[in-house]
Amino acid sequence: MNKILKKIEFSSLVTGFVVEAPEVARSHRAGHFVIVRTGEKGERIPLTIADSDKEAGTILIIIQRVGVSTNKLCDLNEDDYITDLVGPLGQSTHVDNFGTVVCACGGVGAAPMLPISKALKKAGNKIIVILAARTKELIILEEQFRQFADEVLIYTDDGSYGIKGLVTNGVEEVIKREKVDRVEAIGPAVMMKFVSLLTKQYDIPTEVSLNTIMVDGTGMCGACRITVDGQTKFVCVDGPEFDGHKVDFDEMMMRLSYRPDPVS
Amino acid sequence: MSNQETSKDNVIDTKNPSWRSELKKQISGKDRTSLSRVKMSELPPNVRNKNYEEVNRGLTLTEAMQEAKRCLDCPNPGCVQGCPVGIDIPSFIKRIEVGQILDAAKVLKETSALPAVCGRVCPQEKQCEALCIHKKMKKEPVAIGYLERFAADFERESGQISVPEVKQRNGIKIAVAGSGPAGLSFAGDMVKYGYDVTVFEALHEIGGVLKYGIPEFRLPNAVIDVEIDTLRKTGVKFVTNCIVGKTISIEDLKRDGFRAIFVASGAGLPNFMHIKGENYNGVMSSNEYLTRINLMGAARDKDSDTPVLSGKTVAVIGGGNTAMDSVRTALRVGAKRAMIVYRRSEEEMPARLEEIKHAKEEGVEFLMLHNPIEYIADEKGRVKQMILQQMELGEPDAAGRRKPVPVVGATVTIDVDTVVVAIGVSPNPLIPNSVEGLQMSKWHTVVVDENTMQSSIPIIFAGGDIVRGGATVILAMGDGRRAAKSMHEKIERGEI
Repeated sequence: MNKILKKIEFSSLVTGFVVEAPEVARSHRAGHFVIVRTGEKGERIPLTIADSDKEAGTILIIIQRVGVSTNKLCDLNEDDYITDLVGPLGQSTHVDNFGTVVCACGGVGAAPMLPISKALKKAGNKIIVILAARTKELIILEEQFRQFADEVLIYTDDGSYGIKGLVTNGVEEVIKREKVDRVEAIGPAVMMKFVSLLTKQYDIPTEVSLNTIMVDGTGMCGACRITVDGQTKFVCVDGPEFDGHKVDFDEMMMRLSYRPDPVS
Repeated sequence: MSNQETSKDNVIDTKNPSWRSELKKQISGKDRTSLSRVKMSELPPNVRNKNYEEVNRGLTLTEAMQEAKRCLDCPNPGCVQGCPVGIDIPSFIKRIEVGQILDAAKVLKETSALPAVCGRVCPQEKQCEALCIHKKMKKEPVAIGYLERFAADFERESGQISVPEVKQRNGIKIAVAGSGPAGLSFAGDMVKYGYDVTVFEALHEIGGVLKYGIPEFRLPNAVIDVEIDTLRKTGVKFVTNCIVGKTISIEDLKRDGFRAIFVASGAGLPNFMHIKGENYNGVMSSNEYLTRINLMGAARDKDSDTPVLSGKTVAVIGGGNTAMDSVRTALRVGAKRAMIVYRRSEEEMPARLEEIKHAKEEGVEFLMLHNPIEYIADEKGRVKQMILQQMELGEPDAAGRRKPVPVVGATVTIDVDTVVVAIGVSPNPLIPNSVEGLQMSKWHTVVVDENTMQSSIPIIFAGGDIVRGGATVILAMGDGRRAAKSMHEKIERGEI
């Protein structure tokens, strides 16, 4: 059981929790995620660690309300406990001094991007963050990114905040303007697919962080399997980050469209 | 029935050391061997294939005492040699014969942390019962597994559960990675030697494959939980949601004062066939299928949040116990048609005979000498058909096992909406990957000294499927016992 120390309402759809998890905080590196379960009948769902504080022994998780499990979780309050939380899981981000890195975030993809872009900044990279979402309500963490990023660009599909347009418009804008050495893209599968297709044209190495369906998160079931460069990989142990130019996004999106059979 | 009632009619004083030889004299060996083996009652196939209740109902006290009479109390019992944890089999069976069931249960606990589990899931026909003296006389062996289960169940239901004696605590901290059969068996022995044992488990439930893999109809969770609770009462500590190698490192454990570590993280990595269409929705590993249904309650607990593609027509690929568990589960969660697809013939199936028999009775179809080569999906990506290659058995290989070879051009296409791949598992790489310098085999198992279970790193011991690849519950428990004994000796000698 992990105690919720602080609840942050980013918007009506997006909630953040500062959670007591000293061992997870101690072992956390950028790119890692956790699996959480809410209630004794709850399902196990993966959530990226958006931040950690080793001294305080806490981690930050950010959740968008999309279904039964995320709603149950978002309805918890300060001093409540999360039934189960396990991590940190997955491989951490490959951090190096690449030069200029564009960090393209779709919606709550900004949450996992926060520690990754921070780590890349620390390694000496120039960081250009693109925050993109359907609408203003879903733009999160702008202030946190502005604290260290060299530049933050905002895009919304409906033009309710920042520039009207898609994340790919933003990435292309920067590529045309200056030399980009690497792109990190995190968001819905379709967004990562189109960012990867775009950067392939310009031959810019692109890392994506995949958000497949998971059960255990430790490599024992293969629910999260995808095809990368013709090979089956498990996102939970081999990822979640992969070379965006090698991921079979169409297969991944097909697998995400999984809908349970009606109970007989 | 209470213990008092059962022991009332008993004329033999089991405190007197000669009671067994007296008992032996009461009935001649010939009379004992002429008794026929007990049959265990089962739920009728058409009832049980629609629910999750345990299929085997257990023995009554009368049946158990009668069956116990068949045991000849051999001076050099073969059965004990056949038991990987070395249970003193005649000793507990003779206590059953005289109605001292709680004492019989105590004998079991001297060597086995999970008797109610082993009595249910061990392949006794290949272990203890295979070496029973009756077999040499061409008779059916004593039902050792049934009797073990009976004694453990009797004790649990009596409410008078004994807690094994523990030596004086020595204050030395020992860590166990994984709470499956190997880890539990190891922990049970180490705590008896007096150590301060903590078991770290990655999942939110204790028990490993006993919980997520083996279904309720074969092994009820309540039975496992009672045995885990007994371990807790003897002093074993459990930490769930903690992955050694991820949440805490081996270095963290050392810093926290743990003297040695037993790695029992199992073989939880599912194998796939890497054929066309294997990633379509509705094709999944047996680990995923069983975890969703057994551990998470999908498709059987209406309040569970976890969904599963359970399917109306389910094909399970493979011929082991996991395949039988999966296919029988499919029927219970509403499949109209459930079939086993196996590339060899029934004779080669690794599953226990009892599981195959039960599956057939429940209506499972067996498609032998067929092997999937491709899956076909509908426009939404849900599997709708499988193409099977027909096989025939070729020449025996070096090990004498006839190898299945494809019959050229012979394929069949079968409609199916769910496929469960149960072709085996590989060792979980999480811990090995996180420990530098740990010697591994080319099969990704941890290399250990067979006798001591010590790895290339002196303070790390390992056992169970992480050492053997996919094996059995009881072999894992045997490893746990051996590792505990040798770790204890090495600590006593000051070697670690």
